[in-house]
Amino acid sequence: MTDANLDLRETTAAAVAARIGAEPRSPRTTVIRPIEHAPLLDLRELWHYRELLFIFVWRDLKVRYKQTAVGVGWVLLQPLMTMLIFTFFLGRYAKAPTNGLPYPIFIMSGLLPMILFSSAVSQSSASIVSSSSLVTKVYFPRVLLPLAAAAVPLVDLMLSFSLLVGLMFYYSMFPSGALIALAPLFLILALVGALGIGLFLSALYVRYRDVPFAIPFFLQLLPWVSGVYLSLNKLPQHWQWIFALNPMSGVVMAWRWVMLGQTAPDLGKFALGCAVAVVLFVFGLVFFKRSEPRFADTI
Amino acid sequence: MAAIAITAEGLSKRYEIGQFRAAYGTLRDSLAHGAKRLLSREHEKHSRAEIWALKDVSFEVAEGEVLGFIGRNGAGKSTLLKILTRITTPTDGRAEIHGRVGSLLEVGTGFHPELTGRENIYLNGAILGMKRREIARKLPEIVEFSGVEAFIDTPVKRYSSGMYVRLAFAVAAHLEPEILLIDEVLSVGDAEFQRRCLGRMEDMSNSGRTVLFVSHNMPAVVQLCDRAILLEGGRNTHEGPSADIVAHYLQSTGGSASQRSWPELETAPGDDLVRLRGVRVVREDGSSSGAIDVRHAVGIEIAFSVLRAGEAVVPKIKVYDGQGNTAFNAMDTDNRWADPAPPGDYIATAWIPGNLLNEGLITVDVGLVTLVGPRPHHRAIERNAVSFHVHDPGEGDSARGSFAGQWKGVVRPLLDWTSQER
Repeated sequence: MTDANLDLRETTAAAVAARIGAEPRSPRTTVIRPIEHAPLLDLRELWHYRELLFIFVWRDLKVRYKQTAVGVGWVLLQPLMTMLIFTFFLGRYAKAPTNGLPYPIFIMSGLLPMILFSSAVSQSSASIVSSSSLVTKVYFPRVLLPLAAAAVPLVDLMLSFSLLVGLMFYYSMFPSGALIALAPLFLILALVGALGIGLFLSALYVRYRDVPFAIPFFLQLLPWVSGVYLSLNKLPQHWQWIFALNPMSGVVMAWRWVMLGQTAPDLGKFALGCAVAVVLFVFGLVFFKRSEPRFADTI
Repeated sequence: MAAIAITAEGLSKRYEIGQFRAAYGTLRDSLAHGAKRLLSREHEKHSRAEIWALKDVSFEVAEGEVLGFIGRNGAGKSTLLKILTRITTPTDGRAEIHGRVGSLLEVGTGFHPELTGRENIYLNGAILGMKRREIARKLPEIVEFSGVEAFIDTPVKRYSSGMYVRLAFAVAAHLEPEILLIDEVLSVGDAEFQRRCLGRMEDMSNSGRTVLFVSHNMPAVVQLCDRAILLEGGRNTHEGPSADIVAHYLQSTGGSASQRSWPELETAPGDDLVRLRGVRVVREDGSSSGAIDVRHAVGIEIAFSVLRAGEAVVPKIKVYDGQGNTAFNAMDTDNRWADPAPPGDYIATAWIPGNLLNEGLITVDVGLVTLVGPRPHHRAIERNAVSFHVHDPGEGDSARGSFAGQWKGVVRPLLDWTSQER
């Protein structure tokens, strides 16, 4: 036996000895049972793992723009380019209805919550499969992965919000007072809907690799039917009710209401959107929870 | 009586072959499959074979106990650990675990190549269940232990694989679980790393933690575990002191045993002069056993029948270690065999002294030879006649002292050392 090996053991032993008794031991009991007994949402456990949630968000933020030239500038570049192109084609050329707003600020105010929603959906959908090495090796509430993935775009939004602020100054259009306090609530509504879809798709993705093909297609169509590119106010009432099923149309309208002093969304239609978002969330969560025990076996 | 750390009752895990098949399918496959089933109306039991990876496994582990799990590949060892670490859920049964669980399955889990060493310590620590404050407090210690101080703010993708593993292990080693689960079969890394795992595990058990150890390394199981459970086909078939269970397992897989006998004279190994009748591995007290303490002598008891007078017959053994190396040959040089023995039944026992053989599986060829001049001539030979397992309880009075790691060599003599100060 060489000296190195003996040294190694000594260091290990010393390290352990130094720590024994340093930590108060909490007798924590874990019960392992078959699937049927798992609760839908174990809030106590989620609270226990809250730090891991933040660590996942931190990791995603930290890692994302490593080794990129433009770096965090991508967060601004995407909405900016979209705004320029759509302003040229839809605003100048096609004269799309904007409820009287200048087209750049009209599209930007809708684009920000829309990007939040789309990024949350696409990133949370991929979250389980892209962390397969974690899922097959260590236990933690799996729901943390889509949750963290959906929270990351929220940080992006804080940055890209500066674009909207810039446009507000340019057009001298400012939020009408205290109403702006409601803005975060609408973002949360967007996230609730996005999480519902994200939870469902992330669990589905574990079994079916079709998911990443379907998502971009769906997300490309969504801004059109959410009133991001052109106002839906001129549509006949029964059409408006159909579009109201999409929670994002309510979110976009409400966001323009609190940011740019547009007319408030119709309460009935908005409530319908909220209900759909909540239903999506509950459905997504149930589906996720029912698939969760099989993740490690099928991923 | 010590408190119970883990109770498992009837743990079972069923996999469906169909489930595996559909695992990587596409939606279209599933839809097509569903449609076909609907049309052909045989939706029940089409071709769903089931596998019970684990069936009705129950056990208890006392606090501070070190329990080993052995068995062939596919016997359910890894599935069991996956259930206990909650990576997968059991199909049936129930387990209760009292205390914080850590496992060395997780070494390096979640490391992100783009993050620096320091950042990965936080990330990995959190994934393994450490609190931020706890990690912050232990950070200097972890960094020092890992030996990569100079590169701690470099992305780990620039690390050598050795540095990577050292850092990962440093985090896992500071997890301080009350219950440690180790799957050596799954653990990656070089021999050095494996040795670290074993060393770490021994420290843990010495400090009174509960350890569950899954391994193919039989000497390690015997040495480190108080008790062992043998899993066969997903069931726990044998449970008891680790040396006995390991010996049983090795003998059941090796196809040989610690005792053999040939009741039929005609078919027994040998010829018209002499035939083997039985071979036993015996302890000093004469009891037969397949598990031998490294410090104690072990006897190879050879029973044979001399059928006719005329030639001098000498019993002989040839001893192999677990890797198939010949440890030594030995022949009974007692004068009583110098002259032809009269026909009859004889028993000769070869005593291998304690502190000679190394740990592991020992296999013995047994033979009866006649000496033609100086050359032995085999009259009866049985290859791999018996085998037994040598283990070291690690009480410090064997040749390895209190060292816990691998102690290589075919033999392991306890030498007389002289020393002086000069």
